[in-house]
Amino acid sequence: MGEIHIDLDGLLDTFFEEAEEHLNTFETGLLELEATPSDPEVIGRIFRAAHSIKGASGTFGLTDITSFTHALETVLDRLRAREIDYSADVARALLASVDVLRGLVRAARESAPPPAEAVPVRAMLEQFYRPSGTQKAAAEATAAAPAEAAGRKVRVRFSPKPEFMCRGMDPLAILRDVADCGEVESRQVDASALPELSELDPESFYLTFTLVMRTERSDAEIAEAFGFVDDLCTFAIEPVAEEARPDPAAGEQPAPADESGPAALVAKDGPPAARDAKTPAAASTIRVATEKVDKLLDLVSEIVIAQAMIVDATRAPGPDAETRLNDALQALDRHTRELQERVMSIRMVPLASVFGRLPRMVRDLAGTIGKKVQLVVEGEGTEIDKSMVEQLADPLTHLVRNAIDHGLEFPEQRAEQGKPTEGTVRIRAFHQGGNVVIEVGDDGKGLDSKQIRAKAERLGLVTAEEVLTDEQIHDFIFHAGFSTAAKVSDVSGRGVGMDVVKRNVEALKGSLSLSTEMGRGTQVRLRLPLTLAIVDGLAVRVGAQTFVVPLLSVLESFRPTPTQVRAVLGASEVIDIRGTSVPVIRLHELLDEPNAERDPSKALLCIVEANGTSLALLVDDVIGQAQFVVKSLEVNYRKVPSLMGATILGDGRVAMIIDVQSLARTDHRSRSVAADTEAMIPVSEVA
Amino acid sequence: MNTARAITPAAAPVNERNQYLSFALGDDEYAIDILRVQEILCICPITPLPQTPHHVRGVMNLRGAVVPVVDMRAALGLNSEEYGKFTVIMVLSVHERTIGFVVDRVSDVLSFDASAIERSPDLGGRVDASVVSGIARTQDRFVVMLDLERLIGADVGVGVA
Repeated sequence: MGEIHIDLDGLLDTFFEEAEEHLNTFETGLLELEATPSDPEVIGRIFRAAHSIKGASGTFGLTDITSFTHALETVLDRLRAREIDYSADVARALLASVDVLRGLVRAARESAPPPAEAVPVRAMLEQFYRPSGTQKAAAEATAAAPAEAAGRKVRVRFSPKPEFMCRGMDPLAILRDVADCGEVESRQVDASALPELSELDPESFYLTFTLVMRTERSDAEIAEAFGFVDDLCTFAIEPVAEEARPDPAAGEQPAPADESGPAALVAKDGPPAARDAKTPAAASTIRVATEKVDKLLDLVSEIVIAQAMIVDATRAPGPDAETRLNDALQALDRHTRELQERVMSIRMVPLASVFGRLPRMVRDLAGTIGKKVQLVVEGEGTEIDKSMVEQLADPLTHLVRNAIDHGLEFPEQRAEQGKPTEGTVRIRAFHQGGNVVIEVGDDGKGLDSKQIRAKAERLGLVTAEEVLTDEQIHDFIFHAGFSTAAKVSDVSGRGVGMDVVKRNVEALKGSLSLSTEMGRGTQVRLRLPLTLAIVDGLAVRVGAQTFVVPLLSVLESFRPTPTQVRAVLGASEVIDIRGTSVPVIRLHELLDEPNAERDPSKALLCIVEANGTSLALLVDDVIGQAQFVVKSLEVNYRKVPSLMGATILGDGRVAMIIDVQSLARTDHRSRSVAADTEAMIPVSEVA
Repeated sequence: MNTARAITPAAAPVNERNQYLSFALGDDEYAIDILRVQEILCICPITPLPQTPHHVRGVMNLRGAVVPVVDMRAALGLNSEEYGKFTVIMVLSVHERTIGFVVDRVSDVLSFDASAIERSPDLGGRVDASVVSGIARTQDRFVVMLDLERLIGADVGVGVA
């Protein structure tokens, strides 16, 4: 039911995703052009990105996007042909176009009206069209106003291979693109390859099309219509003698077996860019290297063998059966672990997709506030789980914005201090011990501890008497409300939304630290897990239930003496750990688990820490440490407070993974909240 | 399985006759649209969740997916019963989620003419009728059709009960 619909939606989503990537490529390319205004390779890349968007949007009938990219292409085409220069005006129009296209894509995604800027920006683009003459005529022709037949006459033969449709291509969209190149005089379809109905494979393609048209475009330009499908079809573009009628025999020819013939016909006078057109599509749609898939297949066959060995060892008992079984199990264990790692690696994407957005933001922001900024990005190839990449965009943008806005000084100030007038914002990403570390640093003025402390005192976050280390003082800038209350200029540095950054990073189970030196700059360091899909955890038993506590937050576990746990106000319990009172959370009360050990001195306390808060979880026993696959509860249910998700244990049962951060957050207020929650909710005194 | 009198040859047009899965809670018979049914399982280990409404018994492992389990008796405000050997979990799709429902037993696949279902019956003031989408009567049966979307809120809380 409705499968076709779902499929289309899926394809559209892919298009939107790819469009976003192409736009990033486009934008990055434009910024590169600022340094090397006429680099043909960069222009080619930009052109291909625009063309990819145009082609795909045409397939989906997103005419707003198609027609806008068409205008864009016209300008890019002139740029590529060196008919115009990459002037400041052109740059402005093209950068504005990126924003408009983003808006158009968003509008298409949300079925919203197209952005208002589309019209003025398009007018900006049209200024750079060839002022008069043939190009204009061609452009008008595409706007369905057939211009007077100018130019030469060509015959375009297009013969898709049988698998054309299976690859999701629309031959009509290609034909439309070809037809857009000029004025079509005749169209022919050759159905001679069509087999008997009984032999017809409904998913194969059997037709060959022939168009005879007048065009101003070169063969290479027409060939661009086939840019994405040139491995899926054969096509030929041949000049037609003026008086000649379209040759009826031409259509009857079977698709030429020799592909290189017609393609070579184009390639010989076409710029290389036209032939390269399929490269970006391949790079962005095939997300997994074939090699990775091959490795997976190898592993799967290893696992099948190991499984057969196990079956063999259990079926054919013999003196060595036990040894064989153990060997097979070990092999299975090794291969499964490797399979897991490899599948995980497929989910990994380079950080470049997030970093790619930053140069534009830096350029715009630097221009607006009048600072000179050099952005240095290192390690954009560092890979991180796909699901995390999106959520990193906001915090990173924030950090870079802060670094420029509040970290870097104005050029004059920098000159006075003997620094280069151009400030540097450096982003560095690398792997470290199973984590991804991202550093955002600047060579600006650094944080002024005195001013931050003064602000914190004014806000009542700290008393004047308290002795704090510099780190503790710097931590205040992550305090919610600190920045909004303070004029950022007051605090000599960062502030805007740092609490939001911190929250975002913590939502990704990451941590954040800051180092700064007056006059030298500030560096914020994000440490993130590679993935949210697997967690290293400590399995603990509570009655009949098993819980998983993320290992990252576990400090220690021990059995308390009978007097160590003390009741406060008859309800809360605390334990004294090296002079600090740590609240005790009875996990069995979370679940109303009747069979759990209630006497702490007969159970274990597992000390966990999150956000600087420690908690002592009362559990019956510690089972052991392992990796757990995190399953979302939200897919079929909803978010459950104090749980990060669930996992499936070796015996098939579901176990809960505790979210220590949320447990730590809710603990302080919950006791009163629990009292007025409905009796329907099973005991929730703690969480 | 005893065949309901209402079941007729398959030639009947689909748009007029719909199929339902009937299940029992005690002596009462209920039915839901059969297109919702993904599968029916024997009762399996259920892991309780903290901070959930009383009728959500916890979650189970459905071939790797974590699926909430709702006790149908509790959701309808009936007395709870010990789970026995006929107790089953009907895995249904509700609100585009996959949810397991514990019922005493599953009885039949029924087929009713649309006209045989009495819509919005008058149940007297004692029960909330909005979770009942209709009542089907045949000579020997009285089947309550449930509106699961209304019974179970979008967050798997009980919408009305």
